[in-house]
Amino acid sequence: MTAYIARRLLATIPVMAVVAIFVFLLLRLAPGDPAALIAGDDATSGQIESIRQQLGLNLPIWRQFLLWAGGILQGDLGTSIFSNMPVTTLIAQRLEPTLMLMVATLIVAISFAIPLGVIAAWKARTIVDRFVMLLSVLGFAIPVFLAGYVLMYVFSIQLRWLPVQGYRPLAQGFWPSIQSLILPAIALGTTYIALIARITRASMLEVLSQDYIRTANAKGLATSRVLLLHALKNASVPIVTVIGIGIALLISGVVITETVFNIPGLGRLTVDAVLKRDYPIVQGLILVFAATKVIINLLIDLSYAFLDPRIRH
Amino acid sequence: MMGKIASPAKASLLKGSLLGIASAMLLAGTAMTPASAETVLRATMHADVRTLDPHWTTQTIAGIHGMLVYDTLFGVDDDGTPHPQMVGDYSVTEDGLEYSFTLRDGLKFHDGSDVTTADVIASLKRWGAKDQAARAMFAYVDSLEAVDDKTFTMKLSAPYGLVLDTLGKTGTMVPIIMRESDASTSGDEQVTEAVGSGPFMMVKEEWVPGSKTVYVKNPNYVPREGEPSGFSGAKIPKVDKIELVWIDDSQTRMQALIAGEIDLLEQPAVDFVPILESDPNIEVIRTGAVDSHWGTIRINHLHPPFDKPEMRQALYHLVNQEDYLQTIVGNPDYYRTCYSYITCGTTYEDETGKEVISDYDPKKAYEMMKAAGYNDEPIYVLAATDHHTITPAAQVLLNAMREAGINVNAVSIDWGSVVARRSNREKPEDGGWNIFVTTSSGTTALNPALNTWLGAGCEGANVGWPCDEELEKLRGEFAFARTVEERKEVARKIQERATYVVPYISFGQWTQPMAYRSDKISGIVPVTGLTVLWNIEKSE
Repeated sequence: MTAYIARRLLATIPVMAVVAIFVFLLLRLAPGDPAALIAGDDATSGQIESIRQQLGLNLPIWRQFLLWAGGILQGDLGTSIFSNMPVTTLIAQRLEPTLMLMVATLIVAISFAIPLGVIAAWKARTIVDRFVMLLSVLGFAIPVFLAGYVLMYVFSIQLRWLPVQGYRPLAQGFWPSIQSLILPAIALGTTYIALIARITRASMLEVLSQDYIRTANAKGLATSRVLLLHALKNASVPIVTVIGIGIALLISGVVITETVFNIPGLGRLTVDAVLKRDYPIVQGLILVFAATKVIINLLIDLSYAFLDPRIRH
Repeated sequence: MMGKIASPAKASLLKGSLLGIASAMLLAGTAMTPASAETVLRATMHADVRTLDPHWTTQTIAGIHGMLVYDTLFGVDDDGTPHPQMVGDYSVTEDGLEYSFTLRDGLKFHDGSDVTTADVIASLKRWGAKDQAARAMFAYVDSLEAVDDKTFTMKLSAPYGLVLDTLGKTGTMVPIIMRESDASTSGDEQVTEAVGSGPFMMVKEEWVPGSKTVYVKNPNYVPREGEPSGFSGAKIPKVDKIELVWIDDSQTRMQALIAGEIDLLEQPAVDFVPILESDPNIEVIRTGAVDSHWGTIRINHLHPPFDKPEMRQALYHLVNQEDYLQTIVGNPDYYRTCYSYITCGTTYEDETGKEVISDYDPKKAYEMMKAAGYNDEPIYVLAATDHHTITPAAQVLLNAMREAGINVNAVSIDWGSVVARRSNREKPEDGGWNIFVTTSSGTTALNPALNTWLGAGCEGANVGWPCDEELEKLRGEFAFARTVEERKEVARKIQERATYVVPYISFGQWTQPMAYRSDKISGIVPVTGLTVLWNIEKSE
């Protein structure tokens, strides 16, 4: 197993190299000029040119790439063109809100979706099943921003239970932090609840038709024991896979949620940096996201072995 | 496989849990109120502070940041008249060639060091190399010399008449005074510290670019006396702390103000103004006596067909200002048509030529262009796709051009790409352009010298590169006129000449309202151009 993990980790190096080259070139080939954006609307061509020179944007692309790649090898992701702050500092500032939002969303999604999926499978082709599937379709159909605005209007403006926007760091207290995440996590979680619930239902339906489930029922085991211990455990591989994919999708999903609820996370940092053409930030973030995705995939693969002993062999 | 009906006990448990969660939320909601007596003004501005050096960029937000942290020698009042701010006394010789300035007592930087003339001279030189209006003034400055730590002189080669106006300039690239060590940084390099002598001190450790910028009251600030008006008079920091909270989404900004999570919203979306006005706790006000924005249709003078004045003059007939203003603003309370190259409602406004400029007739425009030699070649219009005012304005222009029968090539790109492409002097088909739409602050066009879009200095002119010796000569004359009446006369001639040259076409002007929690804050000084946050009081 150790050799397998080491092999997988080594395989990430070429992946990251390709991502780095691709992102660097893509940004340079895209239209737009950070110097012009920094200079502002009333700047003259001369002012823009002097900023371009100062930022090294006039250097040949290959030289710009070598400078950046050299920095990465030394653990330096570069410096923001606009704020002059190190990219690592900017990412560190934004990491907590995004991680907290993702964890909160996963908790919300899993706690609702798996019971719903199990119930739908258990009550297959009944009104309960139809109702769960209807909720699932709604979950897919309602855009995150719309769910966000509706939740905000009801719980923040009308009932005044929760804050409209912003993120409270954990350092300011656990409950205030959770409060600031409840609405964003529900808004972001709707799609994942729908996704995970459907997969859980499908996977459970397949397992529930197996002979050993019939045997377990015939033995007189309690329904809950059959569903949770016998069926759900054996249906878990596809569910874990979709949760893993969901985590990767969350990285993109947080962008809208962070914007609507004004959470200063990595998603907003990415969008801002793209719009401002703050190349070092975008490049640094894409590398971090790519590494995260590779690691998540590895963790999912490893989890199969624990969930299904047959895979270990 | 049969389901079980939930028992009454379980249903009761579920209901109880929901009520418990709701109660906990309510209890925690009360805990959100800060316990300390510290007054914190939370404001959401039009943009986020990303650059700390107001000399390095023309971004308005950098100017707002600059005016909080730094101070200026002069400040203009609500009418645009400059008054001493850091300066205590000043004098000018009869011939207008030598100025002497003495700094007020008690001026200190946030690090505790005294503000001296060495800091002032270094700051003015750095700013003078960057800002357009400053460069125009410095073309006549022979020397800037310190007499002692508090007094310095400025000697001119010619009696340039806009010295005080330039030193009190607002809008973009404001002439803030830095420490000499910071001001020694090349104008092409960004100063990354924010240590000034202004009413508030930046807390750099709490700065999260793209999210929040924090300032605290400068306890050592000695405000000058006098009624506050614009940037002049007493600048008193009345709250302990200011948090500029950046909220990107306009709907969320509005909800945050309604919920009382922010106290001031600098630029609410105009669509939301009626909702805000209906809230008894919220006041919506005009930002100042001068309209905050004016729209520009910028024409590239380098390439055919708009290298001929007749061709550019034809474009007047494509612009019905009401169409633009209705699309962008909607509410006539906040906009007005304006056919002057100087901001309407200010001293040098002149609408000479209005009968031509306001004659909307797309067919006539096309006929005039044909008569001037237009052969239906494509006209490249840079149309921003992601700007809340420029995008709809560009669409109005494109519609009028198409209605006229002009062959339009709409280059739909994001605003960042428009800004980059508009600097390209190549032919339109090779990556250049013919026309783009933009907006500017009303304070940038208070007179012909300040209005850089009016410049016609060929290579040295702003993008679009108008080239007209006569217009440039008149702009120079304006700066040397000694009285307001003389200046008005020159401004009239400039308007006349500009109407012929057509450096750009205005599509009207409007004011961006500001909204604030009237139940929590008071003392706002309405200012056009750069919102000021001193003198605001807050009751928690």
